[in-house]
Order: sequence, then structure tokens, then C-alpha cells
Amino acid sequence: MILASIFQTVSIQYYLVLATVLFIIGVIGVLTRKNAIILLMCIELMLNAVNLLLVAFSTYFGKSDGQLFVFFIMVVAASEATVGLSILVLIYRNARSVDIGLFNKLKG
Amino acid sequence: MSIEIIAYILGGLTIGSALMVILSPHPVRSILYLVVTFFLISANYVLMNAQFLAIVNIIVYAGAIMVLFLFVLMMLNLSKENEPKGSIPMKAAAVIAGGSLLTVLVAALRKGTVQETTSIADDQGLVKSLGHELFTTYVIPFEVSSVLFIAAIVGAVLLAKREKQIIE
Repeated sequence: MILASIFQTVSIQYYLVLATVLFIIGVIGVLTRKNAIILLMCIELMLNAVNLLLVAFSTYFGKSDGQLFVFFIMVVAASEATVGLSILVLIYRNARSVDIGLFNKLKG
Repeated sequence: MSIEIIAYILGGLTIGSALMVILSPHPVRSILYLVVTFFLISANYVLMNAQFLAIVNIIVYAGAIMVLFLFVLMMLNLSKENEPKGSIPMKAAAVIAGGSLLTVLVAALRKGTVQETTSIADDQGLVKSLGHELFTTYVIPFEVSSVLFIAAIVGAVLLAKREKQIIE
């Protein structure tokens, strides 16, 4: 089976670097963008980078624990997106904008 | 040899579409590029012999979460004109901070040695072995995650309702 042999040709370090780069893209997105919806999307991107690394190591060591952790990360990501987006809708209703700078009103 | 080239091309495409998510000025295009990124990550899963997870990734992320994002974005009626803009020094500082984090992580991970393995299980990414593991070893986290889902649903409904409706 050809698919079982990916780590015989591609090293695990390649997936380490790939997941790190994806995670950093998410970090830069969170730091640069001002739109709160894009911010939430960048958080999803970071979670997916971690998922990719978990799957890579799960396949590398031949154990399925890593793939099960990905399920739980997906659960957390789905609930986080739901609650985050409803908070955003609430803020948009009051301020008519999704600029992340509006959140400094929370300082009181 | 050919599988190596496929892996590199897929990795490059994934990074490219992830970059387009944070670079494209239009929010709707950002979301569509993120959907493309999730499909490419699913392709990576297939390459790593995690077939069931690839399907779940497409259904949950590209199918459910991204549609939720797109729905909210279209409901809020945002366009390119009223997209909030960040200042240039702020962006430069963010890129420098991210770049140094990348340098540190790659430099640390490149030197690390990973224990060699020879174990290859053909069926570990399929639903049978994953389901067996999920309902024996991880049954308590599985049940707790359902509580988390209920909390998220109740929280979302409570937040999205107008205050008057809650008081009444």
C-alpha cells in the first residue's frame, strides 16, 4: 500500500516545519487584521496547524491517540466559533462595526 | 519518489492559501481561501493515512464552521469600504514578532531528533479502529465534550437573543 509509506520518503521534520509555518501565519493574522471575524478565522487556522502536527505524529508512531485528540480539538473549535460569533453579532448590533479596537471599551 | 513531490506541492499550496487568508483585503475572499486551506489540509490527512479524519475535517470545518462564518459575515453586511484598517507600524511590528517566533521555533525543532519507528498500521485511520479507541479509552472525555457542546449552544442562544426577550 503506497499511502502507508509516506514517512519512509518524507521526514517528520517536514511536517513539523509545515505546521509551524501555518501556526505563525495564524499568529501574524491575529496581530495584523482589525476585523474580528478574520481574527476568529486565524484562530481556526492555528488550531488546524496543531491538528496537522497531531495527525503527522499519530501516523509516524502508528498510534491512534493523536487522531482522537484532533476530534476533541474540533469540538472545542466548533463551540468557540459559535460563542465567539454570537458575541460578535451582539457587538455589531450595539456599535455597527466589527473593529477589534472597539473592545478597549471593556476597560471600563 | 513521487509521493515526496506530492507532499511538497501540497505543503506549498497549503501555505500559499493560508497566506492569502491574511493578505486578501475582502473578508468574504478570506473565508473562501480558508475553505481552500481546509480542503488542502484534508488532502494532507489522506496522504498521512488518516482517511476518516480527512472526511470529518471537510464536513465539520469546511462544511459547518466556515458556513457559519460566511453566514454571519453576510448577515452583518460588511464590505471592502468599511473594513477596519490597521496602521503600518503596527503591521510591521506584528510581522517582525511573528517572524522571530518562527525563527525560534524552526531553529529549536530542526535540531530535535525524533525516535525512529518502524510500526505501520494500515487501518489506524479508519473508522473502526478510531471508534473502538474512542468508546473504550476516551469515553469520559467524549461524554464531557457533549456537555461542552450543550454549554456552547445555550451560550450562543442566550447571547444572540435581545435583552428584552430574556427579561420577559
